[in-house]
Amino acid sequence: MSADVATRGNLVSADRETAIVSLRDVRRDYALGAERVHALQGVTLDVERGDYVAIVGPSGCGKSTLLNLIGVIDQPTSGTVAIAGKRVDAMSDREATQFRLRNIGFVFQRFYLLPILSALENVALPMAEAKVAKGARLQRAAELLKYVGLGNRERHRPSELSGGEQQRVAIARALANGPMLLLADEPTGELDAKTGTEIISLFQQLNTDGTTIVVVTHDEDLASAARRKVHMRDGRVVES
Amino acid sequence: MRAALAQASLTRHRGRTILAVLGVAVAAAMLLDMVMLATGMRESFRELLLSRGFEIRLAPKGTLPFDTDATIPGVSAIIATLRTNPDVREISPVLGASIHVLAGNRDVSGSVLGIDPSVQGDYELLSGQDVAASNFIVGNDHLLNQLGAHIGDTLSVAIGYDPQTRTYSGQRKLILTGRVKFIYGANDQSSAAVRRETLEAMGGQNHDRASLFMIRVRKGADAERVRDWIEKQLPNVTAISIATAIKQVDERLSYFRQLALILGAVSLFVGFLLVTTLVTVSVNERAGEIAVMRAIGVSRSHVVEQIVIEGVAISLAGAVLGLALGLVTARYLNTILSAFPGLPMAIDFFLFQPRAAWSALGLLIASGIGAGVYPAWRAASLPIAESLRREAIA
Repeated sequence: MSADVATRGNLVSADRETAIVSLRDVRRDYALGAERVHALQGVTLDVERGDYVAIVGPSGCGKSTLLNLIGVIDQPTSGTVAIAGKRVDAMSDREATQFRLRNIGFVFQRFYLLPILSALENVALPMAEAKVAKGARLQRAAELLKYVGLGNRERHRPSELSGGEQQRVAIARALANGPMLLLADEPTGELDAKTGTEIISLFQQLNTDGTTIVVVTHDEDLASAARRKVHMRDGRVVES
Repeated sequence: MRAALAQASLTRHRGRTILAVLGVAVAAAMLLDMVMLATGMRESFRELLLSRGFEIRLAPKGTLPFDTDATIPGVSAIIATLRTNPDVREISPVLGASIHVLAGNRDVSGSVLGIDPSVQGDYELLSGQDVAASNFIVGNDHLLNQLGAHIGDTLSVAIGYDPQTRTYSGQRKLILTGRVKFIYGANDQSSAAVRRETLEAMGGQNHDRASLFMIRVRKGADAERVRDWIEKQLPNVTAISIATAIKQVDERLSYFRQLALILGAVSLFVGFLLVTTLVTVSVNERAGEIAVMRAIGVSRSHVVEQIVIEGVAISLAGAVLGLALGLVTARYLNTILSAFPGLPMAIDFFLFQPRAAWSALGLLIASGIGAGVYPAWRAASLPIAESLRREAIA
């Protein structure tokens, strides 16, 4: 049942070898005052369906920028980004929003749960946006909280949860609409070692259950738990 | 879900929200009072004119009723002429004069109306008996209090005082038979009424004259047409319909209304600024939260809706509270202003009209929407990645 809960709704392709993420010669420049910062300088990368990829590298090398482009919350200056064969690099805001809602789950370093909502309501929020009926979304939210080990914390507000528990709620929220891709930006960055290890185990479990994961991290343990490491430096992939 | 999120956002900083609602309530109260003030006197005056069902008034040419001491001669002929129009139902000629009333050692000056009690529309009998006979007089509370007189007392009434000879043109003993309330009279004015023939008999030169005619038209008849007909038939009178009178009042009160509208607009703007400030502060505090909502797939329009709901909720709560506050303050201010010397008792400065309340409520809700839309749209339009990066650095 656990695996069903995590992967339900995935747009799993018949050809499991097809790259779920495909970036070709992607560049991303920012204006920083009068200067132009080249955050990404021609990145080409494929992530296979069911893969678990850790993007590592020094601060400022472009890891988070790369994750934002894969997550369709940013657009490249040039190059192409395709998710499950669909070009996402030039989507309108409305298209990108719908795409994220249905296909991508985000986990952030700082959890970013809505403090005014309970754990259950936080997890149910993306489903409400996807117009899932109230009964169904609350039931699935409860199942997801059980899946991440927080079945007994449904009614708690984020302020009543530990950092590790908040991150588990954030992971459950990311899985709410059964995304084809789970993206995490330093998910253990705010956690102590023990709690970080628990989250690493949860990610491994998720991947084992079929979720494709791309994680940006400085955490060696988390990176080592991934199936594949992508090393970046100065806006380029230097080892994949 | 969006309404629940908006409610949760507002209750997150309960104290701040309550303060904002109170601020909007004060602005709403001021707005309602100004809307009531802008239309109150006019509507109150209209209701006053209509209260006794006389749609047309005739005054001496070029004057307003009781504006001067001028009178209209030939009352009998005028009544005969008016009776030829089938749309004229009732005619009430009124003669006005100044009086001195003596009771014991007290001498009180005031005004007296000579009326026909069967068609008069100037007062309501509160107690006692109307002026059924030519030696009867009725008076208002102010006169009775000044004199210390009671129903049944005999009063010595004099009119037409000549300051040079220190004599009156007429003097007569009259029996006080009733206590009345003059509809167009002021609180601080001693007033009385007698039959018109009594006053004519006392006045000497006032024979067959009237200061004013009040006319009721037949039900369904066009009062404006009757007024036009009267002006053609009687060139020595000014015929004033309710509409004409209100137009004249409008002209006289226009500066007053403009002032009220300006103050009302200022109140609305203050309310708008309050809500905009609160929503902007709230949105800035939640920039990261909003970016995350957008990242997980919440649409821009839904973010805007949620924030606009917050603005509208504050405006609505403030408006409801403000309407109650506005009614209380309007009643208090009305009491103060109505005590202004010389004003008819029945005139209200602040007249509550459901339309005014709905207008104020509508304006506040519209301002709440306006106050929420800009900060909401700005927040929902920020680049998600950039907002998250800033939030992480902060």
